[in-house]
Amino acid sequence: MALLEINKMTKTFGGLKAISDVTFSLEKGRIASIIGPNGAGKTTFFNTLTGIYRPDGGTIQFNGRSLVGLRPDQIAARGIARTFQNIRLFPDMTVIENILVGMHIHFKQSPLQTLLRLPAFKKEEAEAEKKAAELMGYVGLKSVENELAKNLPYGAQRRLEIARALAADPLLLLLDEPAAGMNPQETEDVTRLFRDIKTDLGITILLIEHDMRVVMNISEDICVMDYGEKIAQGAPDEIRSNTRVIEAYLGRGAVAGQHEEKLT
Amino acid sequence: MISSFLKDIFNRLNQGRWPYLIVIGHILAGSLLVYTQPRSNLAFLVLMTSFLSLYFFRTGLRFKFVAGAILAAVIIPVIGVRNIFYLEVIFQISVFSALALGLNIVVGFAGLLDLGYVAFYAVGAYLWAFFGSQQFYVLHFAPGTQPADLAFLLPGDAFYMFLLVGVIVAGLTGILLGLPVLRLRGDYLAIVTLGFGEVIRVLANNLDKPLNFTNGPQGITPIQRPTMPEFVVDGFNAIFSRVVGHEVTAAAMYNLMFYFFALVVIIVIIFVTRRLDDSKIGRAWTAVREDETAAIAQGIPLVRMKLTAFAVGASFAGVMGVLLAASRTFISPESFSFMQSIGVLSMVILGGAGSIPGVILGAATVTILNLQVLQGFSLYLNELRQSDAVIPIINFAWKDLSTQLDPAKYQRLLFGLILVLMMIFRPAGLIPAARRKREIDREETN
Repeated sequence: MALLEINKMTKTFGGLKAISDVTFSLEKGRIASIIGPNGAGKTTFFNTLTGIYRPDGGTIQFNGRSLVGLRPDQIAARGIARTFQNIRLFPDMTVIENILVGMHIHFKQSPLQTLLRLPAFKKEEAEAEKKAAELMGYVGLKSVENELAKNLPYGAQRRLEIARALAADPLLLLLDEPAAGMNPQETEDVTRLFRDIKTDLGITILLIEHDMRVVMNISEDICVMDYGEKIAQGAPDEIRSNTRVIEAYLGRGAVAGQHEEKLT
Repeated sequence: MISSFLKDIFNRLNQGRWPYLIVIGHILAGSLLVYTQPRSNLAFLVLMTSFLSLYFFRTGLRFKFVAGAILAAVIIPVIGVRNIFYLEVIFQISVFSALALGLNIVVGFAGLLDLGYVAFYAVGAYLWAFFGSQQFYVLHFAPGTQPADLAFLLPGDAFYMFLLVGVIVAGLTGILLGLPVLRLRGDYLAIVTLGFGEVIRVLANNLDKPLNFTNGPQGITPIQRPTMPEFVVDGFNAIFSRVVGHEVTAAAMYNLMFYFFALVVIIVIIFVTRRLDDSKIGRAWTAVREDETAAIAQGIPLVRMKLTAFAVGASFAGVMGVLLAASRTFISPESFSFMQSIGVLSMVILGGAGSIPGVILGAATVTILNLQVLQGFSLYLNELRQSDAVIPIINFAWKDLSTQLDPAKYQRLLFGLILVLMMIFRPAGLIPAARRKREIDREETN
């Protein structure tokens, strides 16, 4: 059974159908991408999946249980972590605190242990700090643990957001345009990082991305959306030659032009 | 320029033995000044600021504790019983520090703007006012018509139990008020908390009918105090009477006792706040303050964390309310006006939201400003008016100075001005909150 199974999910805002009848499934241990022109409903798809919006119709099964109607924090606790399109760190907290917040659902400390600072509390905090430091190393942040998140350069903020999401030990990682605003070198680095996350940690990844080099490079499965509908799904090669996809991105004329080129 | 120059001097003095000498010198100078000139506001300020040098200069932790303890538990009590006005100022600083620390959890940590915070203070105060007075037997009388010789419901020593009951009841009130409110964000939350604060005050004002719970605008009095053991008074006199200069009566001892209660409560509050701040709960609060959407995506239950903040903040106010009711032996709705909420809020903002020493400094600054500096200045001007002194050069006789010019009346003006300037030049407060730096053992990760 697939890790994530979405069946005919619909979300409307007033008269606008932001997502209509999207059916999508994702097997455990794979990397998939959602692509589509601006306004296609990709981020709304993520927000509905993570509980920020409530779907108006359809079912969402994750790891065998329904997510519909759960609050975002409950969905996060089920094992879905995410990053945001426009980075959303906790700017006035330190780097390591950001990661510790990411581990929130795993802390077992009771208020009594906290107030009396019992050995169990100290041990848990120390272990969490150690794990956070490891995660920093893993995503390539070095010795900046006590910097405030807002003082990090852009690329490092992106990495920190990924580290924070990984801190929750998720089953599924949702990345919303993780390579946006990065230069080619940085893009290549994070692409490698995503592949490592999948192979080392066994985390399933679903990403929204505009940078086609990233998408074609790492995706095993691509879902294309346009005007809230899923218009195609398949392996990178299939998507590349799919006429509906080309139409959605470049307009009908482009498809016709390509046709003529082939003829002559 | 000037500030960097001062910083340079400070850094040079803040090395080796210098800090110890300066702190001890400051405390001794302050004590001596207040001791020899018990009526001078300036001397009192010198003594109070010695807490600041104790905080800022780099000395050993043990030294800080010992010096702080001597200052708070020996010097201030002795000076306080010599001039009861100082003790009153210090008691008020303590009360407001505790309130500000409680509000700091709600506003500073969790970032929820609460404009009705004194509601919880009122809950604590009225709780003990009702159970620690004759009010229970007045239930069926309209205010002012009750017979004179009513019994007290509970003995005065029940006060100790009510410190705990106050914590619980105020905490529960916090949750109760919070439940419908906390789904709101920002401005909306502020407006609704403002409303709730007023509701509590109006309730206190009007709950004298059909059953007389609060005695209406007249307030409840007398409220009992815990009994003062003989040996405390005798013991204090035996040790300190020579320094104080006169025998201390039991009545004066009460003021001292409540000062110590307030001190203990503050220490407990600081302890609780620091431990919570440095845990899963504190981090969750800060995360909620920083970015709600991101926080909830980390699995932080938003409403529950906000309620926790509300309840913890409220319980601090509740215990202070119980303490206030007992120390004043009189409680009326006037003490819980909207201006009080704003006052406590400005202490938090002025001192530095989220910073424990900052908030205490904010409370001290505002209280001293309110009670001391301007009133002292007014008195001084009055003295000048009655003298024959003349300002040289412009040849202006002091006695012609308009009596309208009374600095104590400009308190709010000055206060507002300070707030405006602070927000422009030092928006993070007098002592801004700092994140804890962590030492990470990297041996294995290399």
